[in-house]
Amino acid sequence: MKVLVAVKRVIDYNVKIRVKADHSDVDLTNVKMAMNPFCEIAVEEAVRLKEKGVATEVVAVTVGPKAAQEQLRTALALGADRAIHIETDERAESLAVAKLLAKVVEEEQPGLVVLGKQAIDTDNNQTGQMLAALTGLPQGTFASEVAVDGDKVHVTREIDGGLQTIALTLPAIVTTDLRLNEPRYAKLPDIMKAKKKPLDVKTPADYGVEVASKVSLLKVESPAERKGGVKVASVDELIDKLKNEAKVL
Amino acid sequence: MSILVLADLHEGQLAGATAHVVAAAQAIGGDIDVLVAGEGVQAAAEAAAKLDGVSKVRVADNAVYAHQLAEPMGALLAELADGYTHVLASASTTGKNVLPRLAALKDVSQLSDVIAVDSADTFKRPIYAGNAIATVKSDDVLKVITVRSTGFDAVGTSGSATVEAVDVVVDNSQSSFVKEELAQSDRPELGGAKVVISGGRGMGNGENFKLLDGIADKLGAAIGASRAAVDAGFVPNDMQVGQTGKIVAPDLYIAVGISGAIQHLAGMKDSKVIVAINKDDEAPIFQVADYGLVGDLFEILPELESKL
Repeated sequence: MKVLVAVKRVIDYNVKIRVKADHSDVDLTNVKMAMNPFCEIAVEEAVRLKEKGVATEVVAVTVGPKAAQEQLRTALALGADRAIHIETDERAESLAVAKLLAKVVEEEQPGLVVLGKQAIDTDNNQTGQMLAALTGLPQGTFASEVAVDGDKVHVTREIDGGLQTIALTLPAIVTTDLRLNEPRYAKLPDIMKAKKKPLDVKTPADYGVEVASKVSLLKVESPAERKGGVKVASVDELIDKLKNEAKVL
Repeated sequence: MSILVLADLHEGQLAGATAHVVAAAQAIGGDIDVLVAGEGVQAAAEAAAKLDGVSKVRVADNAVYAHQLAEPMGALLAELADGYTHVLASASTTGKNVLPRLAALKDVSQLSDVIAVDSADTFKRPIYAGNAIATVKSDDVLKVITVRSTGFDAVGTSGSATVEAVDVVVDNSQSSFVKEELAQSDRPELGGAKVVISGGRGMGNGENFKLLDGIADKLGAAIGASRAAVDAGFVPNDMQVGQTGKIVAPDLYIAVGISGAIQHLAGMKDSKVIVAINKDDEAPIFQVADYGLVGDLFEILPELESKL
């Protein structure tokens, strides 16, 4: 079974973001970029499926600017066999990315597609679900456990208040939550080897997909700053303040 | 304008989040219908009919909608969406699972986690884990939106909407429900609690989380945790408050032994009153806390419990 894994280049999760002075967007100039953390978990899961003998080939795909090839090389260093880069400098929203991925699914016919549940820049949490709808495939979102069993996959999902397990027919779409696995680090020899693995470059036009979205970003602002309050000296003072000043007790 | 709100269910009953989503629909303006889909959901439909501002409750009660699996729910919504200008759902795990599917089936974008309505086509939503707020305008004919319930005050329950059955039944041979393990607790649900008390790495181990129990009982509070406490294995992930966990905005939030990493603050900084208890007086949590108490939590917690 072939496994397709989608990755996204985003701002490194440790970086404190800055809003541009003209409020047009977040400032990404000279900011450290990395693979989206949920995508790292997706790559790890795909590679583990290969190590278990469930997957025969792992194909990594990304939609983004030329620099996004760095994240594909990371995926290759972590164990993906080959990569597809759909190059665009436009801001590709979830629907456009899902349409492009649907074309790749049509071409590659994977048994399983693994994606991160959301990217930590736009926080949309949409692409996997949209891809499932467009390909007419079932979805197991927010996965904390994935078990392939014959022609089915059992996915345990992190839902509000607990866990839900569902069974899906294959092929299927899975999106990863935090507890699914702990991604490995790429080793230096693997990073060297990854440079020689095949990486195809395509454009949205090759797939006949229009990237432009009907949603426009009007403004980006910093959230209202919360001011620190006072330090209290004792439990008694705390209770007094909560009762008489904040009136929440 | 004509808006369809997908009701959120919890174990077959109407979840509190729905009243917040209806409030968001009122901010948009227009006729508001609520769709209750599931199996054995008459009680939930009756509860939805009482929500202020709702004109009609549409009930799809069929085994195929049990557990609100994404495939049949997406197909049902796609059938019903025509004629509406907006489809709204709570940004719960159900709403997030189903609404993007509807949007893709209708070839429109989806807006996630909306926290404010500027107009019928312009909305505010947090990006970068709430470290920036984006104002976005949608020119799609159908606006598909998930609503973060903390952004809108719940509507009242003095309404009397009509209830009508929806006879659309879709096929689903692709997905099936296997099992559910929901945390059993007498405490309020984390997302909707008026008071939340959370423990962090400073709690030391999972056993020590019991120190929060007595206080939570006295305050009617839900118990949460920081990502660090979850990663350390002290408590399960469904207790996590933060960017990658639950977003909460209670009247009172008490952070115990939590340093205040950006990722935690993203999940609780909209709380009305924040109390921080930490032994490190330089901890970043004190920069957002209304009331800070520096000291050993193992001494402070029992004292707090006895004096409440």
